[in-house]
Amino acid sequence: MAALELDTLTKSYGALRALDGVSFTVGAGEIFGFVGSNGAGKTTTMRIVLGVLAADGGTVRWDGRPITLDDRRQVGYMPEERGLYPKMHVGDQLEYLARLHGLTPQAARASARRWAETLGVEQRLGDEVQKLSLGNQQRVQLAAALVHDPELLVLDEPFSGLDPVAVDVMSGVLNDRATAGVPVIFSSHQLDLVERLCHRVGIIKTGRMVATGTIGELRATDRPRWEVVGPTDPSWLAAVPGARVLSQAGDRTVVEAAGDGQDVLRAALATGPVHEFTPSRPSLTDLYRHVVSDVVSEEVAR
Amino acid sequence: MSTVTSVSPLRAVWIIAQRELLVRLRQRSFIITTVLLVVGVVAGVLVANATTGRTTTYTLGATDAATAAVVEQSAAASGIEAHVTTVAPGDVDRLLRDDDYDAVVEPAPHGLTVHVLTTLDPTLQPLLHGIAQQQVLTTQVDALGGDPAQVSAALAQAGATVEALDPPTERDATQIIAGVVVGIVIYVALMIASQLVAQGVVEEKTSRVVELLLSTVRPGQLMAGKVVGIGLVGLAQVVVTVGAAAIAASRTGLLDTSGIRVGPTLGWALAWFLVGYTTYAIVLAGLASLVSRQEEVGSVITPALMFMILPYVFGVSVLPADPTNQLATTLSLIPGFSPFLMPIREGMGTTAAWEPWLALGLSLAVLPVLVWLAGTVYGNAVLRTGARIKLKDALRRA
Ligand SMILES: Nc1ncnc2c1ncn2[C@@H]1O[C@H](COP(=O)(O)OP(=O)(O)OP(=O)(O)O)[C@@H](O)[C@H]1O
Ligand SMILES: [Mg+2]
Repeated sequence: MAALELDTLTKSYGALRALDGVSFTVGAGEIFGFVGSNGAGKTTTMRIVLGVLAADGGTVRWDGRPITLDDRRQVGYMPEERGLYPKMHVGDQLEYLARLHGLTPQAARASARRWAETLGVEQRLGDEVQKLSLGNQQRVQLAAALVHDPELLVLDEPFSGLDPVAVDVMSGVLNDRATAGVPVIFSSHQLDLVERLCHRVGIIKTGRMVATGTIGELRATDRPRWEVVGPTDPSWLAAVPGARVLSQAGDRTVVEAAGDGQDVLRAALATGPVHEFTPSRPSLTDLYRHVVSDVVSEEVAR
Repeated sequence: MSTVTSVSPLRAVWIIAQRELLVRLRQRSFIITTVLLVVGVVAGVLVANATTGRTTTYTLGATDAATAAVVEQSAAASGIEAHVTTVAPGDVDRLLRDDDYDAVVEPAPHGLTVHVLTTLDPTLQPLLHGIAQQQVLTTQVDALGGDPAQVSAALAQAGATVEALDPPTERDATQIIAGVVVGIVIYVALMIASQLVAQGVVEEKTSRVVELLLSTVRPGQLMAGKVVGIGLVGLAQVVVTVGAAAIAASRTGLLDTSGIRVGPTLGWALAWFLVGYTTYAIVLAGLASLVSRQEEVGSVITPALMFMILPYVFGVSVLPADPTNQLATTLSLIPGFSPFLMPIREGMGTTAAWEPWLALGLSLAVLPVLVWLAGTVYGNAVLRTGARIKLKDALRRA
């Protein structure tokens, strides 16, 4: 399996610079989470990868060379604007899409059935798409992205509108595909899900990648953080030089401090009993807020 | 992944066309319109059959063999089909009442007595009148000592010869009807098929499925597949309809008695359907791609529909009364109008041999330009959902 490379993509809508040098790589077997606020440029980027939108500049590479229509036929795509023929039967629709992607009629039929079963919509194969609930339409849409055994998955907010069981099924499928060596890129606003599922994450802000890396890399901070449960006195940390309170809520305090944290623990014990003392790493949500607001303050500063 | 093969552009077009075929053939509205068309043309043929004054065979009787022979000869001479038998004078009443005899003839001193049930058929009137005069003349000539045979021969020669400056072309009503029927069928089929294309294009935009499709096929392939698929459906409709008309016409014997050139009429009808369909389907596909909602389709394709409606209305309203109308003849050579006017003229048998070929050549010459224009508009507009896109913008972004 090959890797997908995005190299300094730019795209403007009139005066609006929607993408401003977007670059990142998704390796074989990797699940890449693409996050960013509304209007940041996620959908624009994905459309350019699929060729339904032309970039103004930059290159999309597959297997080291610029991506072609034949390569794109091997991509499983779930557009942000879901779209299937409303009056076509689920089974016919999946078969049709599979055939358009190059499967023989027999293989298309078998694959349509297999994916419908995997995603729990096999009972609805003979129904018109418009008769399905939104969540089930979403499952069919995912089946449509998977039905031709794609070599690359590009999914724009695949989890929106799914119930928890469907989220689990979908997560399982993505893991499966990645294990089979398929690079998977998906966008989402559900950061806990991204954190759980993705090997690497890219954060985009107003058309620019502001952070890319593994969750571990992103969460690694210059100064360690500690979470202390116990002290309620607001000034208990005053004795520790260089320590800083990041947040305090009730008896729970998050502290940023250099060193191994033992001086923080001592200071906490000095004020009373300590129930918990753990190293704390920022969640993706924290990171995201941090990165996004940083850029905002940067922009405000300019 | 061994099942995955690469998809050639033609193959992609064919897969898309197959979907259109399947979907349309299953549609109830399609089946209903086809049935209505078939019923309509078959009814048209039957009406044509009834109104074209086909020669009826008269059943006549004569009370003696000599008169019977004379009546038979005279009928044959004036092109009236008559079955003449010698009957007994006592049977006259029964024959007229029960056996549907049209008339029974009996020699009389002043000529003939004709027995009828109510009135004498107007066609028979001059025939029998002529025979009576002939017989009286024969008697008189005989009495004057002349030779009745000689007089008869001389009389047969006599007559007024008409020398017309502009003799009207012999045209029978079936040809006019054939032209109109072909015109209507082609118009209806073209209207249905090309509007289906427009609706299909917008359906894909409305449902957003177009983005998914265009991630594997090019816009041109998607448009071509749709046009081909719906075109095959329309072609099937025309073949079924015209075929039903042809079968009905041959069953009723209409074809034997009329001047319809069946082969050329049908052949050209199919050719003009294909040319007209290709022309208007791609134009409507391009125009329809400018809008994203079915409610807007009507307004965006209306200008193109006008080009279809006007020649058709003009053709079926003017040509039946004036098959060689000069304006219609000129318009029928113009691309876009030819598919509607030429088949009517062809059916009426008023085309010169070269005319349809010239019109066909002109129409085909225009097609590449239309394909290019419509393809450009479609490619630029089909992924832009939302507000209606200006035609100018869609053309410029090429
Ligand atoms: N067709 C368009 N015409 C003009 N501007 C557009 C168009 N499509 C997107 N944009 C603009 O480009 C920017 C990026 O949009 P995009 O849809 O890629 O964002 P996104 O990251 O997918 O957002 P969301 O999380 O809301 O889906 C936005 O500012 C948007 O307004
Ligand atoms: Mg988006």
